[in-house]
Amino acid sequence: MDGVVKLRIREVLKGDQNAYGEIVELYKDKVFQLCYRMLGNHHEAEDIAQEAFIRAYVNIARFNMELKFSTWIYRIATNLCIDRIRKKKPDFYLDAEVSGTDGLTMYSQVAAETNLPEEDLESIELQEAIQRAISKLPEKYRTVIVLKYIEELSLNEISEILDMPLGTVKTRIHRGRESLRQQLRNV
Amino acid sequence: MVCPDKYISYMHEYLDGGISVEQERQLKEHLQQCPKCQSHFHELEKTVALLQSTGSLKTSDNFTAKVMESLPKEKRKAGIQRWFRRHPLLTAATLFLVLMMGSMVSSWNQGDEFTVSKQANLVVENNTVIVPEGEVVEGDIVVRNGDIRIEGKVNGNVTVVNGEKYLASVGEVTGEIEEINAVFDWIWYQMKNFFAAIGELFTGAEETKEQSQEVAVFQ
Repeated sequence: MDGVVKLRIREVLKGDQNAYGEIVELYKDKVFQLCYRMLGNHHEAEDIAQEAFIRAYVNIARFNMELKFSTWIYRIATNLCIDRIRKKKPDFYLDAEVSGTDGLTMYSQVAAETNLPEEDLESIELQEAIQRAISKLPEKYRTVIVLKYIEELSLNEISEILDMPLGTVKTRIHRGRESLRQQLRNV
Repeated sequence: MVCPDKYISYMHEYLDGGISVEQERQLKEHLQQCPKCQSHFHELEKTVALLQSTGSLKTSDNFTAKVMESLPKEKRKAGIQRWFRRHPLLTAATLFLVLMMGSMVSSWNQGDEFTVSKQANLVVENNTVIVPEGEVVEGDIVVRNGDIRIEGKVNGNVTVVNGEKYLASVGEVTGEIEEINAVFDWIWYQMKNFFAAIGELFTGAEETKEQSQEVAVFQ
C-alpha cells in the first residue's frame, strides 16, 4: 500500500489534485476514528479530520518521503485535536459526549433507529462508558492510549508521530492505563 | 503488606510486550502469592480488552468530497496535463490537426503575388492568364491571385486560387476546373493534395509532374 500512496503523492506534488482523493479514501476512517476518540464528538471529529487532510495537502511539499504517510497524517490530526481540546469552550452539539448524562450521543442515535435487542443496548452502554473514560484522561495520556489501542500502532510509530522519546511514550501509556483501570474496573 | 512498585511496572512492561524473561518469572511468582496484585493485573488486562473492543467507526459518505472541495484550486496546467495523459491518441490527433491547420492557413496568407505555373503557349495580361484560341496547353495549370481566360484547349486540370475563371464557348479543359476563394476551400485542396501524394507513395507511382512544379512569379 505504501508504494501506491507514494506514487499518488508524487502525482499530487506535480499538481494533480485528483490523486489526493485516493489518499483521503485510504486513510479517512482511521483519521476520523483517531479524532473521534480524542474529542468524543462526532461533528468535531469530522471537522478536524477534514482539516487534517486539507493541511496535509497544503503542506505536502514538506512531506518527507522516507516517512510513512500515515505517520504524517496522524501527526497532523493529533496536533489539531490537542489544539482543539486546549481551546475547547463548552459546546452544544446534539451528539456531544457529556460524561454522566444520557444525552444524545452517536451510539444512542444508532440504538433509536434500529431498535436493537437487549444485549446490543448493553454493548452500546459499554461503548459509551469506554469513550467517557477515554475523554476523562488528560490529553497527553489520551493521545498515546488512542494511538496504541484504537489505532493499534506500535510504540515506535507512536514515538515517531508524537516526536517523543520511546521512554516518554511508555511512561504515558502506563499512566494512562492505570487511570483507565480505575475508571473501568467496575464496568 | 505493601508490594514493591516494581511489580506494577513489570505488569505494564508485560502488557507492552517488552518484559524480560527474568522479570516475567518474578512477576508470575509474585502474582501467585499476592491476591491484591493479581486483581490489579486482571483489571489492567480487562481495561486493555475493553479498549480493543471498541468498534471501528466510519466517516460520513461525503467526507472525501468535502475535503476535495475545500482544497485550494490546483493549477490549470495540471488539469490539462492529466487530460493529455489519459487520452494519448486524441492528443496526438489534435496536435497533428493543429499543426496542419496552422501551416495551411499560413500558406494561404503568405502568397499575395500573382503566380502561374509555367506552361508553354500561355499569354499573361494584367494578372489574367490567357489560353489563346487554337492553342493546346499540355499539363495542369495553377493560377494564384489572378484570373484565367480559356479560349483554347487545356489537357489537364485548371486550378484558380483567389481568382476567377472564364471559359469561352470554344475553350476546352479535359481535366477538372477548380476555383478556390476561401481558407476552407484552400485547406480542403491542400488536404486532397496531401492524401493524393500519400496515395502515390503507397502505390509506388513515381510520376513527377515537372511542369506544374516550375512556377513563374510575376510582378
